[in-house]
Amino acid sequence: MPQRDLIELRPEGLYCAAGGFHIDPWQPVPLALITHAHGDHARWGSQRYLGTTEARPLLRARLGADAHIDWMDYGAELVLGETTVSFHPAGHILGSAQVRVRHSSGETWVVTGDYKRDPDPTCTPFEVVPCDVLITEATFALPVYRWRPASEVAGEVLAWWDECIARERPAVLFCYALGKAQRLLAELARLTDRTVYLHGAMLELVQCYRDAGVAMLPTEAVSEQAKGRAFAGQLILAPPSAAGAPWMRRFRDASTGFASGWMRIRGNRRRRGYDRGFVLSDHADWNGLVRTVRESGAQRVLATHGSTESFVRYLVEQGIAAETLRTPYGDEETT
Amino acid sequence: MRRFANLFARLDATTATSEKVAAMAEYFASAPAEDAAWALHFLTGAKLKRTVSSGVLAALVAQVAELPEWLLSDCYDHVGDLAETIALLTCRAGAHDDAPLHEWVRRLQALPSLDASERDARIVAWWRALEDDERFLLNKLLTGSLRVGVSQRLVVQALAKLSGLATDVLAHRLTGAWTPSPEFLAALLAPADDAAPALGDRPYPFFLASQLDDPPETLGHARDWLAEWKWDGIRAQLIRRNGAIATWSRGEERLDGRYPEIEAAAQLLPQDAVLDGEILGWLHDKPLPFAALQKRIGRLKPGPKLLADCPAAFMAYDLLELDGVDWRERPLAERRAALAALVEGTPVRLSPDLIGGDWASLATLRETSRERNVEGLILKRLDSPYQVGRRRGDWWKWKVDPYTLDAVLIYSQPGHGRRSNLFTDHTFGVWHEGQLVPVAKAYSGLTDEEISRLDRWIRANTLERFGPVRMVKPAHVFELAFEAINASARHKSGVAVRFPRILRWRSDKPAAEADTLENLRNLARG
Repeated sequence: MPQRDLIELRPEGLYCAAGGFHIDPWQPVPLALITHAHGDHARWGSQRYLGTTEARPLLRARLGADAHIDWMDYGAELVLGETTVSFHPAGHILGSAQVRVRHSSGETWVVTGDYKRDPDPTCTPFEVVPCDVLITEATFALPVYRWRPASEVAGEVLAWWDECIARERPAVLFCYALGKAQRLLAELARLTDRTVYLHGAMLELVQCYRDAGVAMLPTEAVSEQAKGRAFAGQLILAPPSAAGAPWMRRFRDASTGFASGWMRIRGNRRRRGYDRGFVLSDHADWNGLVRTVRESGAQRVLATHGSTESFVRYLVEQGIAAETLRTPYGDEETT
Repeated sequence: MRRFANLFARLDATTATSEKVAAMAEYFASAPAEDAAWALHFLTGAKLKRTVSSGVLAALVAQVAELPEWLLSDCYDHVGDLAETIALLTCRAGAHDDAPLHEWVRRLQALPSLDASERDARIVAWWRALEDDERFLLNKLLTGSLRVGVSQRLVVQALAKLSGLATDVLAHRLTGAWTPSPEFLAALLAPADDAAPALGDRPYPFFLASQLDDPPETLGHARDWLAEWKWDGIRAQLIRRNGAIATWSRGEERLDGRYPEIEAAAQLLPQDAVLDGEILGWLHDKPLPFAALQKRIGRLKPGPKLLADCPAAFMAYDLLELDGVDWRERPLAERRAALAALVEGTPVRLSPDLIGGDWASLATLRETSRERNVEGLILKRLDSPYQVGRRRGDWWKWKVDPYTLDAVLIYSQPGHGRRSNLFTDHTFGVWHEGQLVPVAKAYSGLTDEEISRLDRWIRANTLERFGPVRMVKPAHVFELAFEAINASARHKSGVAVRFPRILRWRSDKPAAEADTLENLRNLARG
């Protein structure tokens, strides 16, 4: 058994000394294992990267053509120093992974990155990876966060869209550009075949998903529509940063919605001033987090980002050694 | 419940008043009268009596959701509302219960007659039989805390849209106490000239003055205006019809029995009348500070000592009805003349007509407001009718500038409703012997951007937690405004400020340079 923790928190990120690598570091390092392509996990400037084959086009887009990246399939093993590392599906977004690190002594750690347990037609489903120590995200770690099936939420979005058609108003749905937008397009494709209009920030990302073979609604770029065209009755997807921007002016009298796990709380819905809140998250809900800890068999759990305090106390009462690990991972859903 | 939940969702989802009015009008047009009457009851802000304590509900949900009570309390702190927290922690399991709203009200009203275990079993069964949004509303009704985000004005507009009646007529018919029944609803929506509804002891809707932000010269000639003191008491209507007396506050609460001096005075009026005015503590020919009257507000039957320490007087502003005739459409000058004649020689006081003649002399008078225990002046156009609600144009309040102080943020806790998971309820302190002593709590006054910036700062700079309350690093100074300051034995600081609110965030000022308790006490003396 190693004396020190196999994975420890350093100023530049999570570090495995025995293997000589970092996982999702926030500062440039010699070797970075990347769980997924969201900006707070995949950062520029490291000398070498390891990512999953499924995430390839997304990580390329995020890290740039010059980045030195090696690709690994889910489940493939690679020896690094005294450790063996492998990526396993996390079900968060296309190509998202948990990282398993097994020391030569047999001790096994898993870093979940961001993950969810709910089905998602746009990515490989989460896989339970047994381990001794689990470093888990805890974005929505309170029992009030409990997701309904995404198919039901897509039904609500469609009903709102239909209402907007009846009232001849544009329906502008704000959602994160990577992951949530594509999941919505894929869920909606099971219910309708209408065209959806996209904000420029989403075009390349949606194309990456199409190239990966994900079935989604047909899309067109808002920017390519004729000047002055009316969007009444159309669904438009845009990142939250577009709300209140001059870009919105073209959608006169639009009804606005926001798709996020935070919309579960009425105060959030009302404060943000969107007409509609749709509860859809790519993170695990409370039951998903608790179930994952249990199924992993971990005897020790380190919780990062989110409501870690309640989660840690709950796990400790369940007889699991749990602590908070302070990382600067943000939550893309708040951006 | 489904139909009411849909209405609630529509009202909750929009800030557009036209959309809210349309949603309510459609609801009233389609809902059965028994339901619509109760919906109207809730929309106008009336509540059901709480039938189950929060403690019972909290214990019950912890049991149903199989969660330790501390975790339930963490959830409550995060969500900020017990009814919503419970709705989020429970879920439908089994058949949907589609009982209409009035049936739910009946069920809730029957709860107190049940023994505890039967009551708990019913509540749990209801949680399992309702959808998320319906369950949220049920919990709101159970805890007596349902608040729908519409103003009375919008409800009245929806009813007007539905019935074709004038909003003034509807507003008046809705004033005072009524029973949510199909009969009431029918009477409410009956054509205007169908047998004038019995007024009973109901007050008229109050006409409210708007804040005057521009100089008074913008109002034209001072001679067209009546100037009065802005008395600092309880706005009320004193009603005498067929010799029977009723007193109503602006919050449409009956005050009967609380101010026996005023009821006795009303008996001495020569005729039946409805008067608009202010209840004041009055001693030695001068109003007492509001703090003195406050001691009487909650007191149903004041004792002899309180009656002697703080005798109440009715300061009449206006005459709304005389011998059963509605005078509200007549010009103010005419109403005032009749009012003066009516109260002459009775203990009912007439709010004096301040002789200014021009704005400059009225401005000089206004400067003397504080020493007179009044809040400034009220300006009323002499030819104005008595309108309904807050309509700009004819009545203005011209208040004296507020007091201000620079205080340091020391505690914060999350707000409610729209602000339920933001830190928006702040406690501020001033320096005294090297320590910060809390002097005021304030909620409003910051922009949304400042609120979220401060919220982030609070989360990152918490020194200690006491339940939902965070003690923060004493670093930020805010300029607070308040209307009055009084000595108070109940407050640690020895002073109590009235209507504190945040004027601005003094990011230019270090905490060490905030005001001292000494400064504040000097204001109280000055």
